[in-house]
Amino acid sequence: MALSLEQVRRIADLARLRLSADEERTFAVQLSAILEHVRQLEELDVTGVPPMTHALAGGEAPELRVDADRPCLSPAEALAAAPAREGTCFKVPRIIE
Amino acid sequence: MPVSDFQVVIGLEVHAQLLTRSKIFCGCSTEFGGEPNSHVCPVCLGLPGVLPWLNQKVVEMAVRTGLALGCRIRDRSVFARKNYFYPDLPKGYQTSQYEAPICEGGEVEVTVGGAERRIRLTRIHMEEDAGKNVHDVSPDGASGVDLNRAGVPLLEIVSEPDLRSIDEAVEYLKTLRAILMYLGVNDGNLQEGSFRCDANVSVMRKGADRYGTRCEIKNMNSFRFLRQAVEYEVRRQVGLVEDGKQVVQETRLFDPDRGETRSMRSKEEAHDYRYFPEPDLPPVLVPPELVARVRAELPELPRARAARYQGDLGLSAYDAALLVSERAVAEFFDAALAAYGSGPEAAKRLANWMNGEVARLANERGEAPSAWKLTPARLAEILRLLDAQTIGGPGAKAVLEEVFATGAEPGEVVRAKGLAQVSDTGAIEAAVDAVLAASAAEVERYRAGNKKLMGFFVGQVMKATKGKGNPAVVNALLKKKLGE
Repeated sequence: MALSLEQVRRIADLARLRLSADEERTFAVQLSAILEHVRQLEELDVTGVPPMTHALAGGEAPELRVDADRPCLSPAEALAAAPAREGTCFKVPRIIE
Repeated sequence: MPVSDFQVVIGLEVHAQLLTRSKIFCGCSTEFGGEPNSHVCPVCLGLPGVLPWLNQKVVEMAVRTGLALGCRIRDRSVFARKNYFYPDLPKGYQTSQYEAPICEGGEVEVTVGGAERRIRLTRIHMEEDAGKNVHDVSPDGASGVDLNRAGVPLLEIVSEPDLRSIDEAVEYLKTLRAILMYLGVNDGNLQEGSFRCDANVSVMRKGADRYGTRCEIKNMNSFRFLRQAVEYEVRRQVGLVEDGKQVVQETRLFDPDRGETRSMRSKEEAHDYRYFPEPDLPPVLVPPELVARVRAELPELPRARAARYQGDLGLSAYDAALLVSERAVAEFFDAALAAYGSGPEAAKRLANWMNGEVARLANERGEAPSAWKLTPARLAEILRLLDAQTIGGPGAKAVLEEVFATGAEPGEVVRAKGLAQVSDTGAIEAAVDAVLAASAAEVERYRAGNKKLMGFFVGQVMKATKGKGNPAVVNALLKKKLGE
């Protein structure tokens, strides 16, 4: 199951990655190999087996969080790792909607 | 070809913010406003190495909403990642539900122009809200991001494309909003964005068997804007079809300043969301006991209440609809009626005051029922004073206004302001004599046959008694003096 260069470009675009022509070819090969590996699962007969979405998919309901608010970070802590800030906002390039 | 040759088809997606204390996956406060980024933590900031933990109240509110709208509740539903990049989305995906939403099916019954319509629901699912982009915060034109709202719990309620007019769409939204507010899951605030809606709109020639291509319209934060946006969009699409052009499926933003919708190209390329099950959250299990408990706790909903008001209390459809439109108002009415009396006459009298003077004062002061200083018991007392003719109509209005403003006892207000009605014949007779003496010309015309002048005399006497004369006594005395 080989991915086309077109598909690789589409995936890179959705992931906001800019790839060189060389990288596109490299990833087409690597991603195809990964898909081929996973495709082996198709050989199994899974009739009657419900799809598993999580390791905790059993019958027991996991405990949920009680609805109570607890202290948050301060804006200074929240912004500590931000590359840029304006007041207590994260600063980002101008957004045009 | 005019617009009337086309059939409008509308489906609505409502996002309703749930009234929880904390966010959906972390313990940060959901309070509106606040300094930017003051209600955030590593979970809702999307920092590496954190795990979401689902708020139990969110599940309960989703089940409550689903049961009230007749949905099937899935005993096992699954969260999924909706992947896209946007500055207000810190994780690069929104945690939502996709293939297995918590509620499926259901319907909203609406009354439009006297006709009953059932609008089918596709699904209701739980998801997290995004943050807020703040524009023009910086002199260099950059934008800011405030993540206080990121992770606030939402229900997305999706209707089938069953709505066939703008009136139906508006009525559906109003009905749904009232139900959510009755259920205590949403505050119904369109301005603050806690109840918002996107509309899928298409047009087709009447009699056609296939829907036209639809556009999704965003950013309508009032019923008026919804109406304007959909009206504009219908004209635009009909215009395209008439010119032999194609409607392009796209997301359009409503611009309230211009009253137009325009293409939102930024959202177009991102429509490939690559959903997959959220590995950080186990499936949501809803045991039958939870469904049974929530069902048992469901409150009486607006339509059932309106039917009771019409059936048991004999109120008009109009009065009933006004009273039930807000749960707190309906509960006030019920409590006031219990304190005042029973039977259709008492109910009608009380409904008139609720929908008239009380509504007017509440509007004027911009106060929600929870802030009213008027209590059900005091409103009942005012009506009793009126029934006993201790005060007249104008007096009752004055007392109500004072009680509404200060919360004082009605009887106390009557005494303090000297509003008690004068039924003492002697005092009124003096006023009648004075009026007749000062209006010789009118008296002559009255006696000559112009009986309409009785209204004039009554008015003059009421004026002389500062509105406190008992109208029955005033009328009787006037007739006697005028020789009838």
